[in-house]
Amino acid sequence: MDVLRFTTAGSVDDGKSTLIGRLMYDTQEIFEEKMEEIERNTQREDEELELALLTDGLRAEREQGITIDVAYRYFSTPERKFIIADTPGHEQYTRNMVTGASTAELAVELIDARNGVLEQTRRHGFITSLLQIPHVIVAVNKMDLVGYSEARFREIVAAYKDFADNLDVQDITFVPISALKGDNVVHHSENMPWYEGSTLLHRLETVRTESTRNQVDFRFPVQTTIRPHQDFRGFAGQIASGTVRPGEEITVLPSGHTSAVDTITTLDGDLDEAGPGDSVVLSLEDELDVSRGSMIVRSRNKPDVTRQLDADLCWMNEEAMRQDRPYVLQHTTRRTQAYVSKIVYRTNVETFHREEADTFELNDIGRVEIETADPLFADPYKINQATGSFILIDPDTNDTVAAGMIRGVATDVTPFGEQPASEAEDEPESSPNVVWEGLQIPREDREAKNDHKAGVVWLTGLSGAGKSTIAKAVEERLFDADVQTMMLDGDNVRHGLSGDLGFAPADRKENIRRVGEVARLFFEQGNVTLCSFVSPYQEDRDRARELLPEDVRDRFLEVHVDCPLEVCKERDAKGLYAKAEAGEIANFTGVSAPYEAPTDPDVVVDTDTDDVEACVDQIVEVLQAREIV
Amino acid sequence: MPMPDGTSEHLDWLESEAIHVMRETVAQFDNPVLMFSGGKDSLTMVHLARKAFHPATVPFPILHVDTGHNFPETIDFRDTLMEKHDLNLIVGSVEETIASGRAKEEQGPDASRNKLQIVTLLDTIEEHGFDAALGGARRDEEKARAKERFFSHRDRFGNWDPKNQRPELWTLYNGRSGQGEHFRVFPLSNWTELNVWQYIQREGIEIPSLYLAHERTMFERDGVLLPKSPYNDLREDEHYVEKSVRFRTIGDMTCTGAVESTATTLDEVIAEVATTQQAERGARADDQRAEAAMEERKREGYF
Repeated sequence: MDVLRFTTAGSVDDGKSTLIGRLMYDTQEIFEEKMEEIERNTQREDEELELALLTDGLRAEREQGITIDVAYRYFSTPERKFIIADTPGHEQYTRNMVTGASTAELAVELIDARNGVLEQTRRHGFITSLLQIPHVIVAVNKMDLVGYSEARFREIVAAYKDFADNLDVQDITFVPISALKGDNVVHHSENMPWYEGSTLLHRLETVRTESTRNQVDFRFPVQTTIRPHQDFRGFAGQIASGTVRPGEEITVLPSGHTSAVDTITTLDGDLDEAGPGDSVVLSLEDELDVSRGSMIVRSRNKPDVTRQLDADLCWMNEEAMRQDRPYVLQHTTRRTQAYVSKIVYRTNVETFHREEADTFELNDIGRVEIETADPLFADPYKINQATGSFILIDPDTNDTVAAGMIRGVATDVTPFGEQPASEAEDEPESSPNVVWEGLQIPREDREAKNDHKAGVVWLTGLSGAGKSTIAKAVEERLFDADVQTMMLDGDNVRHGLSGDLGFAPADRKENIRRVGEVARLFFEQGNVTLCSFVSPYQEDRDRARELLPEDVRDRFLEVHVDCPLEVCKERDAKGLYAKAEAGEIANFTGVSAPYEAPTDPDVVVDTDTDDVEACVDQIVEVLQAREIV
Repeated sequence: MPMPDGTSEHLDWLESEAIHVMRETVAQFDNPVLMFSGGKDSLTMVHLARKAFHPATVPFPILHVDTGHNFPETIDFRDTLMEKHDLNLIVGSVEETIASGRAKEEQGPDASRNKLQIVTLLDTIEEHGFDAALGGARRDEEKARAKERFFSHRDRFGNWDPKNQRPELWTLYNGRSGQGEHFRVFPLSNWTELNVWQYIQREGIEIPSLYLAHERTMFERDGVLLPKSPYNDLREDEHYVEKSVRFRTIGDMTCTGAVESTATTLDEVIAEVATTQQAERGARADDQRAEAAMEERKREGYF
């Protein structure tokens, strides 16, 4: 099926409507009548042809000059048909972006070349990743207003890649455009000879749209029964995933009874096979109890049958989530009562940090556990969008208040900052299993005695960047000023505490987790602890930060010890780069393993240009500014 | 005419989506109805409804709001279709609404019963207690419709509030409604005009002759080509001309404009639609009144 469904995201003034207008205009999908209307309106307001007027449909939007609701547009080229979910970028309309993204195979993210990557860009990126949209095109717009500068384009590409490393998106491409002037939208730009890639439209026409539907696991949620006469009893539905043939053995959920498919019936005749997305009527060889909300699956391939969901949830209603009242949960063709039994964490969609939360408000996204009155037949969203997605409905107003993406069966994940109820822990690394109330001497008392506060200085950077050198110098400076300090670095923990670990990503993660826990212990003891670790993953560093109690989390200083890879290689004090490049060391950061630079560091020191003293000054200044020392 | 690559697969997808939406409507509501105008979109809807519930018959009645200004061809065609497929027809009459004093006829040369239909429609929905009305509207028709949901919530007064629509995610349609509220459901939301024509051709759906080019007595008003009818009087400077025309939508004779055309077969119509540069509803005089004409009528409860 050659149709591409894509969504567009961007801030109010990024020119999103203009871009869509341009695509439709240059592919001649704009009708004469609409062109006349645009010209009529344009004369009223300003001289430029206002392509945006094409797409800003509702009167209120035209008055405010912004797009306030998801609008769907259709256009086609000889290559492909397109359905655009045009979603507003305005902050309060995040829910609309989630709505548009739920049916999209590609997202076009617009960035104003003058402004670069904004917080909003990060939020859109996060949603794209959460909703598992496989392709992203970053369209750097208004290139005409930055003199078609290649340097500016490269800068924005680098900034986007920087944060996108933390996202789960398979394919990202970048195109410099001017929607208003038409550069690189449909036609190649003469103003940017330095850009040799595809135009935006060409990319849209050629991106591979492998179906987002799961082809393997047969799931048939029953919509309604069809009973024209005594001799026929069929079950109508749309195949959510997988394929089915007559004769195949099936199981009906929730009863668990088995039978075999008798016919696949349609008005055009019975079929030999039906696949994902087909709306059909199935009849079975045996008379079983099947009704709306039942799911027919293959006997040897069943979904999870559960009343406990572990899920990501996006809250879409003005009224905040409540845990003390039931909602109606709609999943495939099933509805049941549901409670949000636990909030595991809320994600800050701009910093990607996890935060403790008592409730979710409009546009909040995070991880929760949900308990339902009746069992659901669910698959993880990443594997099967159709059986991995659900909505929550307010039973009083009937509004759709939340969209959910199932991670799996809940196994009692400990909420952020709380003690686990049982010993059985699903994800120890994400559940800080620590409660400090029982300490004999509270940290505050120790801090008073020390005459300074506790803190953690976390130095991250490539091997050879100078982390340990700087950490030692900072510690000396602090020690001289009567500050209680402790130093943790790779060499000392890897001999003992982490002696059992290697350098594979999972081991690195575990190493950093242990160090984080130790730093937390020293923190509670009132120390300023210096941690000097390559710690290449943002997620791991965030987790170390999140181990500190939320109210004092600003006392965790993430210091990026920045130094170009080439310079680190030249230094190569331990000869490690040479070995890594010779293939003697596997998973070496910067050579054969990635390094994720901090997305939002507290301090950046540049050891290539600045000397040690200058770097130490920088760090001590921040410690003082935060009133730690 | 052979279809371009991928078109048939695309139509399969649109068909399956529409069937899924119709079945959801039947499953989620107690008393749905299909709104029927006699136009090609309604005919497509009836065809899809037959497919959705085969081998059973269509499980909901068909509602036609008769303005009294319909083309005679439309009414004949409607009655034949109902009989052929054993469908249950309900007619709401604008004449009766006017007679009962619930609405007043518009006056003047541009008078149209288009807005009056809203009253008749809402009255009929209330009288029969319909909680969901299936319509053939498409998002590509007009820009107010581009923001319409598949399941579109209407308040107790039948009004549509574009700023307060429920988010609609994946294929999870929320049709829960309160007392006295109802829903409009649009299974053809993702279809374009061209898709409808291609589908009609592929499925061999019968359509009224009005859609194919024929000789008819016409007159021109404000750039729109209108048919001679008992309900339209000529104004000064206007005069009748014989033209070869076809209609792209079918509404009242008073306001449905035609396009000049020689397309007498579906193939020719499709070829014309594929290359045309004038929007489908452009020939509807009722949409040209104000820039936000459709949005206003939709808010009040139009189809």
